[in-house]
Amino acid sequence: MFPNLNKAMGIVPNASEHGYAVDHLLEFCHWFMGALFVGWSLYFLYTIWRFHKSRHPKADYHGVQSKASAHLEFSVVLIEAVLLLGFALPLWGKRVNGEQFPPDTEAIRVHAVAEQFAWNFHYPGADGIFGRQSALLVSASNPLGLDATDTAGKDDLISKNELHLVNGKPAIIEITSKDVIHGLQLQNMRMSQDAIPGSRIPMWFRPVRAGEYEIVCSQLCGAGHYAMRAVMKVETQADFDAWQKEQLSLKPAN
Amino acid sequence: MQIPHEVTARPDTGLYNAKLGIWLFLASEVMLFGGLFSAYIFLRMGAEDGYWPRGLLNVPVGALNTAILIASSVTVVLAWASLKMRKFSQYKLWMGISIICGAIFLIVKLAYEWPQKFDHFGAFIKQSELAQYEPYLGNAYLKEKGLPPRVEISGHLHGVEITAEPAGKEKLDAFLQDHHLKMEAGHDAAHPGVQLVTGKHLKPGTVEQLEKVPGVKLVAFEVALDPINAEPTNPESDKPHFWYKGATEKIGKIEREDVETWSAFAPKHSSYFAVYFTITGLHGLHVLAGVLIMIYLWLPIAGGANMFKRNPEHLANRVEVVGLFWHFVDLVWIFVFPIFYLL
Amino acid sequence: MFTAATAHAHDDHAHAHDDHHEPGFWRKWVFSTDHKMIGVQYGVTGLAFLMFGFMLMMIMRWQLANPGMPVPVIGGMLQTFFGPSAFQSTADGVKGVLTADGYNAFGAMHGTIMVFFGIVPVAFAAFGNFVVPLQIGAIDMTFPRINMASFWCFFVSCIFMLVSFFVPGGAAKSGWTSYPPLAGIADMGPGIDPFMNGQTLWLTGMIFNITASLLGSVNFIATIIQLRAPGMTWMRLPFFVWAQFVTAFLLLLAFPPLEAAGVMQFMDRVFGTSFFMPTGLIVNGAIAQWSGGGSPILWQHLFWFLAHPEVYVLILPGIGMVAEIIACNTRKPLYGYKAMVGAIFVLGFLSFIVWAHHMYMTGMGAIVAAFFQTTTIMISIPSVILVTALMLSLWGGSIRFTVPMLFAAAFLPMFGIGGLTGIPLAFNSVDLYLHDTYYIIGHFHYVVAPGTIFAIFAGVYHWYPKATGRMMNDFLGKMHFWLSLIFMNGIFFPMFLQGMAGVHRRWYDGGGRFLADGTQELTYQLAGPVLHWNSFMSTSAFLLGIAQLPFIFNFCWSMFYGRKATDNPWHATTVEWDTPTPPPHGNFIKDISVHRGPYEYSVPGADKDYTPQTEAPKSAQLPPGAVPAAAAAH
Ligand code: HEA
Ligand code: HEA
Ligand code: CUA
Ligand SMILES: [Cu+2]
Repeated sequence: MFPNLNKAMGIVPNASEHGYAVDHLLEFCHWFMGALFVGWSLYFLYTIWRFHKSRHPKADYHGVQSKASAHLEFSVVLIEAVLLLGFALPLWGKRVNGEQFPPDTEAIRVHAVAEQFAWNFHYPGADGIFGRQSALLVSASNPLGLDATDTAGKDDLISKNELHLVNGKPAIIEITSKDVIHGLQLQNMRMSQDAIPGSRIPMWFRPVRAGEYEIVCSQLCGAGHYAMRAVMKVETQADFDAWQKEQLSLKPAN
Repeated sequence: MQIPHEVTARPDTGLYNAKLGIWLFLASEVMLFGGLFSAYIFLRMGAEDGYWPRGLLNVPVGALNTAILIASSVTVVLAWASLKMRKFSQYKLWMGISIICGAIFLIVKLAYEWPQKFDHFGAFIKQSELAQYEPYLGNAYLKEKGLPPRVEISGHLHGVEITAEPAGKEKLDAFLQDHHLKMEAGHDAAHPGVQLVTGKHLKPGTVEQLEKVPGVKLVAFEVALDPINAEPTNPESDKPHFWYKGATEKIGKIEREDVETWSAFAPKHSSYFAVYFTITGLHGLHVLAGVLIMIYLWLPIAGGANMFKRNPEHLANRVEVVGLFWHFVDLVWIFVFPIFYLL
Repeated sequence: MFTAATAHAHDDHAHAHDDHHEPGFWRKWVFSTDHKMIGVQYGVTGLAFLMFGFMLMMIMRWQLANPGMPVPVIGGMLQTFFGPSAFQSTADGVKGVLTADGYNAFGAMHGTIMVFFGIVPVAFAAFGNFVVPLQIGAIDMTFPRINMASFWCFFVSCIFMLVSFFVPGGAAKSGWTSYPPLAGIADMGPGIDPFMNGQTLWLTGMIFNITASLLGSVNFIATIIQLRAPGMTWMRLPFFVWAQFVTAFLLLLAFPPLEAAGVMQFMDRVFGTSFFMPTGLIVNGAIAQWSGGGSPILWQHLFWFLAHPEVYVLILPGIGMVAEIIACNTRKPLYGYKAMVGAIFVLGFLSFIVWAHHMYMTGMGAIVAAFFQTTTIMISIPSVILVTALMLSLWGGSIRFTVPMLFAAAFLPMFGIGGLTGIPLAFNSVDLYLHDTYYIIGHFHYVVAPGTIFAIFAGVYHWYPKATGRMMNDFLGKMHFWLSLIFMNGIFFPMFLQGMAGVHRRWYDGGGRFLADGTQELTYQLAGPVLHWNSFMSTSAFLLGIAQLPFIFNFCWSMFYGRKATDNPWHATTVEWDTPTPPPHGNFIKDISVHRGPYEYSVPGADKDYTPQTEAPKSAQLPPGAVPAAAAAH
C-alpha cells in the first residue's frame, strides 16, 4: 500500500534469504527519516515565513511554551530503540554467531583470497578438505601456494574472479587477503566482509535467486581498485557440479 | 599588557594558568602513551608462540634507572618546597640533583642499554627447519614442561660464511679493510668455495652491508650463543633470569636458508623491539625535554634562577609545573619497566 | 562569586594601564601573539586550503564525469605542474588525463586537506581564536606564545602536505584513512626515497598538524576557564564558547592516539618495523620484507578513535556559530540553552565510544557490534536535541534574513539530511549494503559541506565587520548563498541514489562512461542506471566553484571599499561587540563586567530590543548573580 522507497531510490534486487530483512529495516529507516525530514521541513518553512520580521516585527521573548518537542524527541528515541533492539541486533547476531552458522556438511564452503587486483575462490573439491598452503610456494601459476605433496589438495580448485554457488544452499565463505585490505561486497546478497591479510574471517548467507551477480571490492586497495570486479553465479546443483568437473579437467595434473 | 592569573591563582577556579595548562597537556600525554601501550597489548596478544621474547633486557640496570627516576621525582618536590620557603641555595642543590638524575638515566639508556641491542644478533628459524636446531632450541624439553616453544637463536656474531665471486673480489677486500674484518679461505673442507669472515667488529649491521657487496652470498652464521640457546634444557633458562647473562663461549652454526628473518635487536627485528624502541624512545625524548627545562630553571638567567630576586613565587610556579611534568615522565617509566623488563 | 568577581575586577584594573605599545611589522603581522591576528592567519590559510581541496575535487569530478578525457584548457598545465605520476597524455598526445594513482592521491588529499587543513583551522582555530576571547571578555589567550607556536607548527604541517604533491610518486594515495598494509607498501621500493615520498610526508605533516591542534586546544580550554571577565559565569557563556570548549576537549583527548599511530606507521615505513604489517604478506608475487607479527586492525582502531570525535570537531563549532547567528537574527533568546549545553557535553562524551561503527565490515562479534550500534544510535539523540532546539528558537522570533542568517537557516535542513542519513548506517546489517558506497559520501558531505561550510560562511559574514571594520556586500552575499545552496544539493543529493544503486566510492572511473554515440561502457553493470548522474553532479560542482567567485571578490574587495561598520552593526548582545572595531591589541578599552545571560533580546520592558551582556542594570532590580555597579565601575 505504501510506495517502496528503497525501490524508488534504485536499490538492486535482493537475492538472499536474510536480504529481505535488511531491506525491510532500511525501508523502515527511510520512512522514519522521511517523516522527520518532511515534518520538520514543513515546520521550518512555515516558521520562517510566519515570523519574518515583516510579518512579526516584535519578537516574543519567551518563544515556544508547549512541551511538544519533548514528546517528539521521546518518540524519536523510542522508534530508534525499536529499530535497534527489534531488528538490527538480532539480524547481526544471526550473521556472526558461531552456532547460527549452517553445518559444513550442508553448506558450500569457499575460501576467498584477495590480491591486487583479483579474487581467488578456492574450493575444497569432492573430499571437502582444503589442501595445505604455504606462502613460500606462491607463484603466478600457483596463486595460493597450494602444496602439491598434500593429497587433500589434489581435487581443490581455484577459480579466478568467478564465484559459483548453488541456489538455495547456504554458502560459507572464509575471506582473507594476500597483500592489502580488500572487501568482498555482494550487493545483491546484502552481504559484505573485508578481506584482511593475516586473518581469515568467515561469513555466510543463503542465495535464493539463481542468476549472475556482481562482486565489488569495497576497500581501497590501490590503482586497480576501481576495476577489481568479480562475478557470482548462483546456479542449480547440477550446473554447479558440471562446472566443478569441467574445472578439474582443465586443471594441470601435478 | 599582562595576562591575568599568570602568577596568582584565580579565586573561583583556584588555579594559576600554567598549572591548568600542564594538567591539560598531561591529559593528552596520557592518551598518547595510552595509544602506544594499547599497541603493546594488541601486538603481544596477537604474537604467535615464541615470537614474544622474554628476559632479553637487563633487569638490574632497568631497576637502577627506575630508582634514579623516582629519586629525582622526590628531589624536584624538595626543590619546589625550598623555593616556597624562599631557600635559594637549597633550591639550586635539589634542582641540580634532579638534573643529574635525569642525565644519568639518559646516559644509561643511550650509552649502555640501546647500543647493546644493536650489537646483538638474532635469527628466527623457519617453522619447517626447527627440528634441525633442536640442540639450540630444546623444544621437546619445553613441550613436556608445557612452556611456549622457541623459534629464535640469538647471541653475538662470531663469523659469517660467505661465497664470493672472483669478479667482485677487490670490492670485497676493500670492504673487509674498511671494517677491520679478516677472511679465512677454505676453512670448511666440505665446501671449498665457502670462506669465513670474522673479526671483533663483525656486527649484524656490518653483515647487512656485506650482503650488499656485489657477488657476495651469505651461507651461514656462526654465533656465540646466548645462555638460553647454549643450554636450552637448563631449567635456569625457563624463566627470565634477573642477573643478565651475556653470550656464552659456545658457537652455534645456522644455515642462511634455514632462517626466516635475521637482524640485530633493532626495531625491525620483531614486534617486541618495535614497541620497545618506540616507547622508550618517546619516553627518552620526554626525559630529555624535562632535563633541558630544569637546566633552564637552574641557570642564573632572566627566565630561570634569576627570577628568584624579582618574583620568587613565579619561579616556584614554574618549578611546580615542570615538577608535575617530571612526575608524569616518571609514571610512564613505572609502566614501561614491568611490561618490558619483567613480564 | 561576588568576591571572586571583584577580586579580579581589580587585578584587571591594575593591568588596564599597562603599556599598550604597538608592535613592529614582523611582530604585528607575522610572528604575532595577538589572538585576533593568529585567528586571521589561521582563517586565511584554512580558507585557501578549502579552496585548494575543492579544486582537487573539481579535477576528480571532471574525471568522474568524463573518464580518461584530458582536463580541458588547464590539462597541459596540470600535467607539467603535478608530473607524470598524477597526469598522463591521451593516445594522441593530448596532455592532462588524471591517472588512477593521481585520482587516489587527489582523493586522499582532498579528504585530508578538507578535514585537517580546511575546516578545523577555520571553524575551530580561526573563529575560536578570534571570537572566543572577545566573547568572554578576555584581553588575549592565556598562553599567547604557545598560541603563536600552534599556528607556526600548523604552517609547517601545511608545507609538508604541499611538498608531498611534488615528490616522485606523488602525494599520499591510500585514502584519508591511510589503512595499512596499503599505506605501508605505498610509495616504497627502489628509486623512492624512504622519507621524501607521499605517504611518509603525509605522516610527518599529520604529526605536526596534530601537535598544533594540541597546543591550540590546551590554550582554548585554559582561556575559557581562567580568563572569563568578572560576572561571566558558566551559564552566561555564549553557546559558541561552549561548543569550542567541548571541541577543544575532543581534540585534546582524541588526537594523541592518532599521533601515536602516525609515529608507528612512520616507524614501519622508515625503520622497517611491522606494527601494522601482518606475517606472510605477499606483495605482487614476492614475500614482503617485514618481519611481520603486526596488526592492520590496530591502525583502524587508533585512526577511528580520533576520526569519529573528529567529525564532531567538524560540526560543533559550526553549530555554535549557527546558534549565535540565529539568536541575533531572530531577536530572541535561544530555546533551551541549558538543554543544549547538556546535549553538547553528552555528545562530546559519547563520541569517544562509537568509533568502531566505521569498522563494521572488519569481522565483528555480536557483542561488540551490539555495543557500537547502541552507542551510535544514542549519539544521534543529543544531535536531535541540538537541532530541535535551534529549530524551535525560530518560533516567535522577528527573523531578519541578513546574509549570515540565510546561511545559518539553511544549515538546519542540510545538517538534518546529513544527520538523518547517518541513522541507517548505524545499523550494521544495513551497513552491509551501504558500506563504502556513495550513500556514505552523501551522508557526510551533507553534514560537512552544506553543513559546516555554510556555518563557516555564516560566521565569516557575521564577524567580518568586527575583524575588518567594514561590512561585506549584501547583494553579492545573497547571490553567493542562493547559488551555493542550489549547487551543493545538485552535487550531493544524487549521491544517495548512486549509493542505493551500489555505486562505490574511490572509483577512478565512476563506474563507467558514455561513449560518443550515447551508449554506455561500464566497468560495473550496477552503475548503469545511475551513471548519467555523474555529469550532472560534476557540472554542479563546477558551477559551485563559480558560485564562490562572488564570495572571494566580496571578501577581498570589502576589506578596502566595503561600507564602514559601526562597533555593533547587528545589534548583538554578546561581549565581542563591545570593543572598538577592529579591536585594538588588548581588545577592550574599558573594564568589562558581565551582568546577564548571552541572549537577552527583546526583553519585555527594555527600551531597545537587545540588552548587551555588559550593560549595567538599572541598579533597582539586579539580575541574580550580577556584579553590583559599585564593584564593576571603580
Ligand atoms: C561532521 C561530520 C559528521 C557527523 C555530524 C556525522 C554524524 C553521524 N554519522 Fe557519520 N560520517 C562522517 C561524518 C559525520 N557523521 C564521515 C566523514 C564519515 C565517513 C568516513 C569515511 O569512511 O571516509 C561518516 C561515516 C559514518 C558511518 C560509517 C559508514 C560506513 O563507513 O560504512 C556511520 C555508521 O554508523 C555514521 C553514522 C553517523 C551517525 C549515526 C551520526 C549522527 O550523529 C547523526 C545525528 C543527527 C541527526 C539524527 C539529525 C537530526 C536532525 C533532525 C531529526 C531534524 C531534521 C531537520 C530538518 C529536516 C529541518 N557515519
Ligand atoms: C570537511 C570535509 C569535506 C568537505 C568540506 C568536502 C567538500 C566536498 N567534497 Fe569531499 N570528501 C571528504 C571531505 C570533505 N569534502 C572526505 C573525508 C572524503 C573521503 C576521501 C577518501 O575517500 O579518502 C571526500 C570524498 C569526496 C568525494 C568522493 C571521491 C571518491 O570517493 O572517489 C567526492 C566526490 O564528489 C567529494 C566531493 C566534494 C565536493 C564537491 C565538495 C564541495 O562541497 C566543496 C565545497 C568547497 C567550497 C565551497 C570551498 C569554499 C571556500 C572557498 C571558495 C575559499 C575562499 C577563499 C578565500 C576567501 C581566501 N568528496
Ligand atoms: Cu581490492 Cu579494492
Ligand atoms: Cu563516525
